[in-house]
Amino acid sequence: MRRFSAFAIAREAMRQHTGWNRHWRSPEPRKHYDAIIIGAGGHGLATAYFLGKEHGITNVAVLEKGWLGGGNTGRNTTIIRSNYLQDPSAAIYEKSRSLYETMSQDLNYNVMYSPRGVIMLAQTEHEVRGYLRTAHANALQGVQTEFIPPARVKELVPIINLDGPRYPVLGGLWQARAGTARHDAVAWGYARACSDMGMDIIQQCEVTGITRDGDTVTGVQTTKGDIGCNKLGIVVAGHSGVLAEKAGFRLPIESVALQALVSEPIKPCMDVVVMANTVHGYMSQSDKGEMVIGGGADGYNNYTQRGSFHHIEETVRALVETFPMISRLKMLRQWGGIVDMTGDRSPILSKTPVEGVFVNCGWGTGGFKATPGSGFAMAELMAKGRSPLTDEFSMWRFREGKFIDESVAAGVAH
Amino acid sequence: MMMLTCPNCGVTAEETEFHPGGEAHLTRHGPGSSDDDFEGYLFLRENPRGVHFERWRHAHGCGKWFHAARDTATLEVFGTYSAQTTEPPQEIKDAVSAKRPGWRWRDISDGGA
Repeated sequence: MRRFSAFAIAREAMRQHTGWNRHWRSPEPRKHYDAIIIGAGGHGLATAYFLGKEHGITNVAVLEKGWLGGGNTGRNTTIIRSNYLQDPSAAIYEKSRSLYETMSQDLNYNVMYSPRGVIMLAQTEHEVRGYLRTAHANALQGVQTEFIPPARVKELVPIINLDGPRYPVLGGLWQARAGTARHDAVAWGYARACSDMGMDIIQQCEVTGITRDGDTVTGVQTTKGDIGCNKLGIVVAGHSGVLAEKAGFRLPIESVALQALVSEPIKPCMDVVVMANTVHGYMSQSDKGEMVIGGGADGYNNYTQRGSFHHIEETVRALVETFPMISRLKMLRQWGGIVDMTGDRSPILSKTPVEGVFVNCGWGTGGFKATPGSGFAMAELMAKGRSPLTDEFSMWRFREGKFIDESVAAGVAH
Repeated sequence: MMMLTCPNCGVTAEETEFHPGGEAHLTRHGPGSSDDDFEGYLFLRENPRGVHFERWRHAHGCGKWFHAARDTATLEVFGTYSAQTTEPPQEIKDAVSAKRPGWRWRDISDGGA
């Protein structure tokens, strides 16, 4: 792997940029691997990366039915934060956020992590109480957040309308070290590092079946032939249920479409991320100047990667009341991703009824922020059979009633 | 926008007039059931990529519940029918089979997708 540096840029500038290599190889699959990860999105690639980096397992293939980072990794609104209520959530999301801080250096790949700060607006009395509770919980967990009054919100976000007729801003939960990162670069950076460790990233390779010997996994059937493995990680977000069925078990997951949209680019007007959970809308400004807007999820099962138009209207209508200046913005693009929702809105990182098969799913509407932490924890789970970060996220917690209930804390957008 | 026909009042309207209610034909296990059954009832949905039977309420109309057969991968609605039944009527099954050959009731995830 050729390292990126200021010197490399200068050198390539002198010779018409002829020396840049492909960031990762595109090999044909071998007959057998120690571990196979299904899904070359951020979480899958991060899992492979930490299997190699932390546990020395490099005989690994990452299989992807489409193209690398083409699912929810490339469809989210790139928000990173860790202000969750429950201890197990705070542990894994804060681990993740801290890994983002040094990711560009670790991967030698600019992921454009921008700790610009995230405000979650409190627009009802219930939200005020909820966020005060979260701020206290975060203090105990060692996650730095604070509840700020409306005047401070206005100072941070001059374009906001505090006295909206329907949604007055009563305060906000502020996490200063939260922010955004370039979502594609996270996937590409991990892919480059994995390929450099000798792992095979195989795109356009759909898994059509999972082969077992009794209750133990032996490999997968794919559109590029059968591939054997000792351990299998299913890291496919919205399609987790479809793959679990191929392995012979069922997951407590429902798949729905979540959508986002971006406006035309405008001059810098908002340098923090603002989330308004009461009205199902959140917004940040990209480096290109586009306002990036995320909305609510559809209410019914959906695999179409597009959302309902009335949800766009709902989101935009509420945001226009909160940010009157965006009322004349044209929207450039709108898209959807399939998110995997669990009953308690917390993820599943777990062993499964099939020996050697592990699942990492259920991140629902908020998986991007968790990418490195999820990969770190999943790799430990796959390598050692147990990880302190995943203990509480078992797929059997629903049977036992041991929920990690973030739906109470946020209800909607994560 | 998805269109649904309410079998209770006969109105055909856009999805915004209805409210989705999740998977239909669940067996409602209660006290005395096994842990497996209760977990299945509460959390384990079919969640197929393809033919899906689901509950809807005509929230901004007659207010009544009904069932719909729909493809989650294309949003195509095969038909709607009364909620007073434990499995889809034959004409709904036929309508699904006509569009998704090889599909079988309670073999949902393999069907058509």
